[in-house]
Amino acid sequence: MISRWRIAAALAVIGATFPAIAEIPMSERKSGYDFMGKQTQAMQDDDTANAGMLWVLDGEALWKRHAGAANKSCADCHGDASASMKGVAARYPAFSPALGRAVNLEQRINSCRAERQQAKPLAYESKDLLALTAFIGRQSRGLPITVADDAGTRKAIESGRATFTRRQGQLNLSCAQCHDDNWSGRLAGAPVTQGQPTGYPIYRLEWQNLGSLQRRLRNCLTGIRTIVPALGAQELVELELYLMWRARGMTLETPGVRP
Amino acid sequence: MTELLTTAVTRRRFLIGAGGAVMVMAAPSARAQFVAEGEARSAAMRAAIKAIVGENSLPQGRIKIELPPLVENGNAVPLSIAVESPMTDADHVKAIHVFTEKNPQPNVAVFQLGPRAGTADIQTRMRLADTQLVVAVAEMSDGSFWRDEVEVVVTLAACLEES
Amino acid sequence: MAAARALINVPPKARRGEVIGIKSLISHEMETGFRPNATGQLIPRNIIKEFVCTYNGVEVFRAEFFPAVSANPFVSFTTRATESGTITMTWTGDNGFHASESVAITVE
Ligand code: HEC
Ligand code: HEC
Repeated sequence: MISRWRIAAALAVIGATFPAIAEIPMSERKSGYDFMGKQTQAMQDDDTANAGMLWVLDGEALWKRHAGAANKSCADCHGDASASMKGVAARYPAFSPALGRAVNLEQRINSCRAERQQAKPLAYESKDLLALTAFIGRQSRGLPITVADDAGTRKAIESGRATFTRRQGQLNLSCAQCHDDNWSGRLAGAPVTQGQPTGYPIYRLEWQNLGSLQRRLRNCLTGIRTIVPALGAQELVELELYLMWRARGMTLETPGVRP
Repeated sequence: MTELLTTAVTRRRFLIGAGGAVMVMAAPSARAQFVAEGEARSAAMRAAIKAIVGENSLPQGRIKIELPPLVENGNAVPLSIAVESPMTDADHVKAIHVFTEKNPQPNVAVFQLGPRAGTADIQTRMRLADTQLVVAVAEMSDGSFWRDEVEVVVTLAACLEES
Repeated sequence: MAAARALINVPPKARRGEVIGIKSLISHEMETGFRPNATGQLIPRNIIKEFVCTYNGVEVFRAEFFPAVSANPFVSFTTRATESGTITMTWTGDNGFHASESVAITVE
């Protein structure tokens, strides 16, 4: 059992070192994968041991399934995902000029559901949406994360950065205090890590399930006792986009496994 | 500590302390009860092992279990088991039994194999509700039993979900 | 009963007598029966209880699971490649759970 004082002490350290908020130098960035034990890494590396692959397979089946009033499958329009979806997940969230805001991959999939298939959008964190996201994400595994450079994207990144560096909640902590300034530290015995978005959707052992980046962000927001925006909220999409920009050039691992 | 095995006793909580710090801890009033239950569960493990082994001796050896020295999350702990055996018709491993000390139930899994397995080499993933002892027993075709045991330290995941 | 997704890994080809590794993963929540819901009532147990592997119809490996086996159970084990044919894995459990997956193996 972890004793109280150890965690209190860990947080005291984080709180005490707050002034030095500095972005992590590009060369020092590390995925959450690098902080995991070798057995957990092995779970991610071996497709038959990586439970996230169960969702990837479900997503592959959904990709081919006809749906909606249009009675079309994703494959009817997009063909072989290994060609058409290659690199797509590595550049989402992306700014949509038509909508005038950033959209994440889940929302992009749902807009095809609604507009192209004329089907009901899939609920956030539903098995089907996670499966399609994991399947599309898998097509970018091993590819570098990229973020477009245009005025709309830049504005959304800045807005995400503001959320990341703002102290908030009853604990008055910012994301940056843990993930930029104290990533080599430990919290309750577990590494803090840099909070990189490299594996999403991930199979998280804690969840015993696959989950989205937004679900993970909401866990951290709950941890600092602040108001937690609803899944799909624009603030979370922009936070995701900032995290992807912060991780630009790093390799996508989808489906990642995390403790 | 796992979500699924969590009883009211071991439920983790984020609490706000006077200094505004986050603490992950078990409800303190339940702590003593937990220790008492731990004793009872250890006895349950001994009983479960006895049900398999009977009056036979249970020396350490021939079987080896491997668990990560520090478990990152008790919900899925990688477990490897290997037994030294020629795995022939005359001399093989019949079964491997896995037990824990402090989970709500001592039994984890039973693997039945025979000469056709070629080796007695198994991997799976198990839940561990707390830092505790894991015991594996190999049941051989000659009627002998062998054991190995490992003490595993389970850490907590930080930044949990409100549940 | 929700449709289960299984992922099994068996080498497609092997030499006669060779010991081959078999890995299996299946989607299942493995609800322990020890966990209270929001109102404090225990959520009923819902687990896979048994996993059996047959090789051309002959059982070569069997596992009995208890609630301490992790969600989405993973098991890896070995078997001796004896002849060409089919390797089948079957999972059965609470609430009539049943899933089965087969693969062909060529033995030379
Ligand atoms: C009727 C044809 C049609 C169907 C069916 C369809 N899509 Fe699309 N999809 C498109 C077109 C056309 C575009 C690109 C133009 C646009 O932005 O709308 C697109 C774009 C996308 C993109 C963004 C690609 C990028 O490069 O940014 C994703 C992701 C996507 N679709 C996923 C899906 C998924 C998943 C399904 C099934 C649930 C699906 N689509 C069904 C026509 C379709
Ligand atoms: C009190 C310290 C703390 C604060 C504040 C915090 N986190 Fe975390 N965060 C953690 C810990 C501990 C983990 C679990 C270990 C890990 O995966 O990094 C984590 C995990 C993550 C992960 C998952 C990383 C991976 O490898 O998948 C992301 C992303 C993340 N945090 C983003 C954020 C964001 C965004 C914020 C602000 C809204 C935030 N965190 C605030 C401590 C913190």
